[in-house]
Amino acid sequence: MTERTGTTDGAATGQAGAGDAAEQGRPLIELRDVKVHFPIKSGLLFDRTVGYVYAVDGVSLSINAGETYGLVGESGCGKSTLGRGLLRLVEPTDGEIVFDGTDVRALKGEAMRKARRRMQMIFQDPLSSLDPRQSVESLLVEGLKAHGLADDKEATSRRLRDTLQAVGLPASALSRYPHEFSGGQRQRIGIARALVLDPDLIVADEPVSALDVSIQAQVLNLLEDLQNERGLTYLIIAHDLAVVRHIADTVGVMYLGGLVEEASSDDLYREPMHPYTKALMSAVPVPDPLVEDRRERILLAGDLPSPTNPPAGCRFHTRCPWAQPTRCADERPALREVVGGHRVACHFAEDIAAGRLRPHEVEPELVRPDEGGTPGDPGELIPTP
Amino acid sequence: MSLLDVRDLSVVFQRRGERPFTAVDQVSFTVEPGQTVGLVGESGCGKSVTSLAVMGLLPKRGNRVTGEVLFEGTDLLKLRPDDLRDRRGRDIGMIFQDPLSSLNPVIPIGVQVAEVLERHRGMDRRKALREARELLDAVGIPDPDRRLTEFPHQISGGMRQRALIAIALACKPRLLIADEPTTALDVTIQAQILTLLKQLVDETGTALIMITHDLGVVAGLCDTVNVLYGGKVVERAARHELFARPRHPYTHGLLNSVPRLDSVRGERLHAIRGSVADNIPWVEGCAFAPRCDNVVDACLDGPPPLEPTASGGDLRCNNPVSEEVAVP
Repeated sequence: MTERTGTTDGAATGQAGAGDAAEQGRPLIELRDVKVHFPIKSGLLFDRTVGYVYAVDGVSLSINAGETYGLVGESGCGKSTLGRGLLRLVEPTDGEIVFDGTDVRALKGEAMRKARRRMQMIFQDPLSSLDPRQSVESLLVEGLKAHGLADDKEATSRRLRDTLQAVGLPASALSRYPHEFSGGQRQRIGIARALVLDPDLIVADEPVSALDVSIQAQVLNLLEDLQNERGLTYLIIAHDLAVVRHIADTVGVMYLGGLVEEASSDDLYREPMHPYTKALMSAVPVPDPLVEDRRERILLAGDLPSPTNPPAGCRFHTRCPWAQPTRCADERPALREVVGGHRVACHFAEDIAAGRLRPHEVEPELVRPDEGGTPGDPGELIPTP
Repeated sequence: MSLLDVRDLSVVFQRRGERPFTAVDQVSFTVEPGQTVGLVGESGCGKSVTSLAVMGLLPKRGNRVTGEVLFEGTDLLKLRPDDLRDRRGRDIGMIFQDPLSSLNPVIPIGVQVAEVLERHRGMDRRKALREARELLDAVGIPDPDRRLTEFPHQISGGMRQRALIAIALACKPRLLIADEPTTALDVTIQAQILTLLKQLVDETGTALIMITHDLGVVAGLCDTVNVLYGGKVVERAARHELFARPRHPYTHGLLNSVPRLDSVRGERLHAIRGSVADNIPWVEGCAFAPRCDNVVDACLDGPPPLEPTASGGDLRCNNPVSEEVAVP
């Protein structure tokens, strides 16, 4: 059982390095029933709201200080919108976001701006998120100035150098411009920009998906090192399950605006319980022919339904190989704890896990990418302010 | 005779006022009938340019293509444009990464499939559309009758990729080239498309060249894998051999640096240092040398040759990873 020892060791060092021991296990940020709905406007002269995109539709989760929460899901599931909604880069329609004891949604103007120093974001594409006309120094100082932290020239310059060193860039990078760097280095600049403000929470939206395979590992290792040194809390949003498994302590799986499963990284990958997670996991190719040859894939029929008109009941029932004639089509399952710490939004999670239900064939349903029309479930409709 | 025999294929980009850039550097590989061959590498390794050169799709201006591309003995590079057009679509089909930009947005899907049949098999429109319906059905597009009259923007990305596969397979080509066919798709849709490709290859006996950066895709699909770096093949091996005993430090490094779904958690990833930009021209030595942990003096002393290995593959390395070093 050498493997087991390896895991325990890794986890132990991770915890020892991460911040204050007293801070451990306390939730730094909590989301309660967060919704982000985008109105669909139409009309020539007057904008009329003809429907809503239910991008995020009732997500509750909490992230402990010093830990990494991984949010996975396919495109259109609302994971990025949730990350942005959390920082109020898009305004949530409803729900509570409690960051370190304060309700972020109640903050206004200056107070919100101040709070943002502690919550920073790393974007997917470093080239388009860095202003090409600003030098690295100017990019990094901008945030400091905005928060009034750049008064002392000497201290600022030291701070910039320290930050660059932390992300593995030479001090000479300060006078250079984003286009002079490679993709991996640019992502390091993006990380430095978030880091320079000494935040507590970093939301990283697809931090490695734009990078080459050999560079991804460098950036993932860097994120881990920074967390160990500074006790950072991460929300990592990614579509790549292997990346999330590697870096996250807790993983949440999203489908069509809702969380369908949440568990510790090891539990989730050892035994995925939601049918969607099972399918997602079985679809990820593993670079090992021996594994690939004897794998059984759960192939999902059809495409992701449109978030403007999500299916009633369980959002996944139209594609679910385990869907049952009762409940699935008309009752939306709540995210509930099925076994210790493992939350699943499925009416039949226990039956599926015990093998009492068998998967069946699903006819693919046609999905149109431009589907608009009437929103389902008008009872839940909350107008966007 | 091999179905496709690529010999010393080189592509040099020559733009006026710029230094010539060798994108593909004397690449040779063969594809046997019914075989699935992988071309793997990171961005800039020359994998896509190789496929475009094989298909004769590179613009004439600004590129110099040399070497031989023998398709059943005929050198495609020496064919007249008309003859090449006859072969493309009939004998060789191609699937591109982004289905939306490779389909014509203002022509119904049915017509786009039918047009191949009209051009290469001399069918009239009515007959071609009937056949097109069958093809859309065969690639798993639901309700194919209605899809015939619809436009690309009206169907989802996965369906578009299926439509593109239907077009590529319309004339039952003996060779199919797929350039990152699933990179723009979500994993569950990727699994659908890969399963479809595998099934079509088995049923029709067409050979497949799979171009990808994703080692996982290769592991499940390809018989032989060519790993490219800086425009050259650095390692070639049968699928099981390559993943069990990668000999080139680059292949070894790649396999060690990707996080795996089934690996033990908490282990640090072994990143390859530097980036693809940190290379040296092949004439001066091994392009991978600046990032390589196994580098020896000989690596900076001219390009290492591609030499056959004991296990039946080929390897371009002065100091390969020993066979005993196990991979994850």
